[in-house]
Amino acid sequence: MQEVKDRAKQLLADGTVNRVVGWKAGEFSYDITPAVFTSAEEIDKDFIYNDFCAPNLSKYLIKESRKEGKLLVFLKPCDTYSFNQLLKEHRILRENVYVIGVPCTGKVDIDTVRAMGFQGITGMESDGENVTVHTLYGDKTVLKADTLGDKCKTCKSKKHVVYDELIGEDGEVNTDGARFELVEKLEKMTADERFEFWRGELSKCIRCNACRNVCPACSCENCVFDNPASGIQQRAAVNSFEENMFHLIRSFHVAGRCTDCGECTRVCPQNIPLHLINRKYIKDINEFYGDFQAGEDTETRAPLNAYTFDDCEPGIVYSRGGNE
Amino acid sequence: MQVNGEFRPLIVAFCCNWCSYAGADLAGTNRLNYPADVKIIRVPCSCRVNPMFVLRAFQRGADGVILCGCHPGDCHYTSGNYFTRRRMTLLFSMLDFMGIERERTRVEWVSAAEGAKFAKTMNEFCEAVAKLGENKRLEDLRCKK
Amino acid sequence: MMFRLPVNRLDDLFAAVSAVNSLYLPVDGNDGRASYKKWVEGTKLSSKLNTVRSAKDFFFPQTTNLCDFNVKDKEIEVIDIRADSEDFVVFGVRACDARSFTILDKVFLADPIDSYYATKREHGTIVTLACTRPEENCFCNVFGIDMTSPEGDAACWLTDEYLYINANTGKGTAFIDSIKALLEECSDEDVKAQQTTVKEIAGKLPFAGVSTDYFKKNTLLDIFNSEKWEKLSESCLACGTCTFVCPTCQCYDIKDFNTGHGIKRYRTWDSCMYADFTKMAAANSRNTQMQRFRQRFMHKLVYFPDNNNGEFGCVGCGRCLSRCPISMNIIKVIKAFEEE
Repeated sequence: MQEVKDRAKQLLADGTVNRVVGWKAGEFSYDITPAVFTSAEEIDKDFIYNDFCAPNLSKYLIKESRKEGKLLVFLKPCDTYSFNQLLKEHRILRENVYVIGVPCTGKVDIDTVRAMGFQGITGMESDGENVTVHTLYGDKTVLKADTLGDKCKTCKSKKHVVYDELIGEDGEVNTDGARFELVEKLEKMTADERFEFWRGELSKCIRCNACRNVCPACSCENCVFDNPASGIQQRAAVNSFEENMFHLIRSFHVAGRCTDCGECTRVCPQNIPLHLINRKYIKDINEFYGDFQAGEDTETRAPLNAYTFDDCEPGIVYSRGGNE
Repeated sequence: MQVNGEFRPLIVAFCCNWCSYAGADLAGTNRLNYPADVKIIRVPCSCRVNPMFVLRAFQRGADGVILCGCHPGDCHYTSGNYFTRRRMTLLFSMLDFMGIERERTRVEWVSAAEGAKFAKTMNEFCEAVAKLGENKRLEDLRCKK
Repeated sequence: MMFRLPVNRLDDLFAAVSAVNSLYLPVDGNDGRASYKKWVEGTKLSSKLNTVRSAKDFFFPQTTNLCDFNVKDKEIEVIDIRADSEDFVVFGVRACDARSFTILDKVFLADPIDSYYATKREHGTIVTLACTRPEENCFCNVFGIDMTSPEGDAACWLTDEYLYINANTGKGTAFIDSIKALLEECSDEDVKAQQTTVKEIAGKLPFAGVSTDYFKKNTLLDIFNSEKWEKLSESCLACGTCTFVCPTCQCYDIKDFNTGHGIKRYRTWDSCMYADFTKMAAANSRNTQMQRFRQRFMHKLVYFPDNNNGEFGCVGCGRCLSRCPISMNIIKVIKAFEEE
């Protein structure tokens, strides 16, 4: 933590960069806001990097990297995938960004902690193993592993795929496939059960667009859902069809480009497991067209921008189970 | 849609201009029967079909949506249907994942010479969708008459 | 006059109310978050402090159908689709949400009266529930709201043994009369004791001492032109979460939907965070996210009080604090200005 701060101040001082994109402390220890720092004083006062810094900073670079001068950004392993994907799509000017990879052992999610029954949480401290939760009604220590958000529980990789410099040790890509477990569970259900499950979840949607706006893959200047000429411009979903349509179309737009950073689920105010939709696409792509991880590099063609002569036929969908 | 007290499905068929649309034409000139429930929308290439088109068809009351294009390798534009193939596989797999009956969607390659295949495909598809009944899972009540 | 009912007879109360009118109350979902649901046999009242979405949904829903059009050649027929509303009761509204109706009323019931909102207000009875375990994000007391004696048609207090109920309005009295068979008259001693305990907790809340003086003392233009907005808004994602979970946000947009055989005109919530908010044919009055972000807080903290005898457009429910994806919120804004 102090190492991260010191390095940021050093790079500012020697003129390598003129600003730092990082995380800013909030009212409590866990309400972190992404911020731009321009001076050592600001960094000393507000900069923070700890087990609560979940926001993925890559998307901010679309705008930030187009401003004057070089900037420094801190990226966690999973954020580097988003960064690479944005580079591939020419959304970030690489020459204006100095990337420092920072280690991550999973981020504590305030909603997970609330769901554990804590009320009035005024602070949290993490030592990497345990998290002490301070509340208005008393303190308690719990295992950090239990407090992780959905995106961290099944972390896809602890390896930084792009960086100029690394703080701490680089980790490994997780290949145990645990992140597809829930998708598989849904696939094994009957169509009726799947329908019930998704109606239950998607009917909670309030169309706040948080999932879209936080998504590093959703970087269109003008979204199809904001475009009056598209015929599907909406403010809020009027009925179940529009709830389905929004999530179907949004997930399809990011299919093959989604790096599975899990921000959509993290920010959803209604706790809809949106990452499951994206993971279904990732799983299908892996099964049908060979293993593919968006953001792993900046050269490979996206699966939906490519084809082979002997791709499987669409009929494959009908020959699978889960149709009772 | 109820016709004379009997349920008839509304089928939207997106047909590529160069193969499948000509195939449908051939089915007609050969006097091969296929249900009038099928409404054909001609597209320049099966690759023109945006996933939104499929959803829009369901929204406006379709009970089934079928895409017909040139056989892989025969695309008038060289590679359009290869992209269609990947795109629609993923889309239909996702609709299935969401619990939409998988028999309501289909992709079939029909060449200009395959009038008989066109009629057969449409007969089979209509029958399968008719069995499922009305599309309830991806309907927009506002669009019902 | 105070009435009470043993806690183990709550279900009887809900059943009695439901027998006459639809009853809505906060219910825990399978993810542990509360939302308003219609009471049916077996429904349990949530123990959560508040619902994710606010109670404004009952009177100003996310979407409202306004009217239909039939278009034939050059004739356009307008069809009035306003149906008769049924009476309904909302139980378990917290003090903050209860105050939000006063704020919404000032917007929708001022001339010209919004008939869609007015009808729902007329038919709805609001039964509030006093808070016993406030959360860290609560700051209703900053806006002069007493979480231990909520407004609404009738107010309730829940203790371990009894549910106490007291009418605030004529509608509330009618509500109590309709369930009088279940209630017994009682003194308000227990309620007073609970209020004292909770007030003590309320006084110690992290935001209890937040002051809004800056917005009373400074002029609209000074605040509007402040340099702080740029920094405060820099990481805003431009999503509408804060506005949609807010009990007092009341902006909406009117849209037409082409059904293929007619037009449906409806209104939906709008959000000042969106790029096309109040976009007009000629141009957009707010082109940057800073301007849109500023609009939201200026509206709540400056414009609304300026037009309503100093009453702020925020009730301190804390929803935007807990739901903002990047944890930027009205408390951080107020504090940034108060620092001066």
